[in-house]
Amino acid sequence: MWQHLYDELKDYGFMVFAVAMESRGPEAARPWIEAAKTTYVSVIDADHRLAELYNMVNVPEAVWIDEAGRIVRPTEVAGSGDYFRKMDRVTRTLPEEGKAMRESMRTRYMDALRDWVKNGNRSEFAFDANAARGHVRKQTEDVALAHCWFRLGRHLHAAGRAEEAEAALAEASRLHPDSWNIWRQMGDMKLEGKPNPDFWGRVDKLGARRYYDKIDMPGMP
Amino acid sequence: MVTLLTERGRYEAAASTEGESLWLPAVALSMATGWELKPEGFCRDEICVPLSRGRESEFRRGEEVDAAKLFRYAGQPLAASRDKSVWSFGTSAAIRSSALESLEAPDIGLPDLAGKVHRISDHRGKKVFLSTWASW
Repeated sequence: MWQHLYDELKDYGFMVFAVAMESRGPEAARPWIEAAKTTYVSVIDADHRLAELYNMVNVPEAVWIDEAGRIVRPTEVAGSGDYFRKMDRVTRTLPEEGKAMRESMRTRYMDALRDWVKNGNRSEFAFDANAARGHVRKQTEDVALAHCWFRLGRHLHAAGRAEEAEAALAEASRLHPDSWNIWRQMGDMKLEGKPNPDFWGRVDKLGARRYYDKIDMPGMP
Repeated sequence: MVTLLTERGRYEAAASTEGESLWLPAVALSMATGWELKPEGFCRDEICVPLSRGRESEFRRGEEVDAAKLFRYAGQPLAASRDKSVWSFGTSAAIRSSALESLEAPDIGLPDLAGKVHRISDHRGKKVFLSTWASW
């Protein structure tokens, strides 16, 4: 997904650091990474350590980090939106309106990223320190504990202790219900990569709430 | 032996569990989590949680410390398997939030498909677009 952008921007001092959240290990990610022929950094995070450090709840999410290692855009959705909820659930195709929304959001997000890479902190899309701090998602102690249970559940699953692993992962999801990462990864481990039949039901239960948080950029729905 | 799972990785340590306690060599806890029992309190990096006067003996016996009790005392999250053979230690939301609000990007090393570890900080001097995805 990011290879084209990386090719275009790499001479401006730019790196894509892409992290696959894959608790079943590198083999679950390999087909995608090889098909994309990535030349940027592409790594595997079996324990979702990045989600713990950066308070992530979904994929794709992203953080923009400047040359000095400072966050100029904290964790946010990386250009996706809730248009996917209009998908035909049998054919998995989007209606025209959904396709247009997908295209418009992606373009806006990529253009913003280009603007920052080329203009640095002068870019309107790079937050100043106060604005960046204001965009850091609030974390709770339940979320911190959820990450402990998730890590334990993943370890128990890998050790073949399936029943106890499932209970630990369920506890993680109970403590951090906003994390689609935890809930979806839990299903993926149990179903060994097969589609989760409960996915759309859980999405529908959101009702008017968002699956993907709003991206704070002009023109984003 | 118990397995310790932390944000730094996975460690094996000689330990004894008694009820809610997990007695570990102090050096093992420090290596796995960065937390140490010092004269000024229970500390990691610049953070120290002072112990009430006279309570040190509840947390330390010789070279061992009660890691579970110390974590609970310091408000740090932990979870254990039913048989207490695997322990997962985390970091409180208070510490995480203040780290993120410093705007200094938390560093981490993760393996690529060939097992080579890449760190975010390897790319200082460049703008880094740190992004996630998944097959599921």
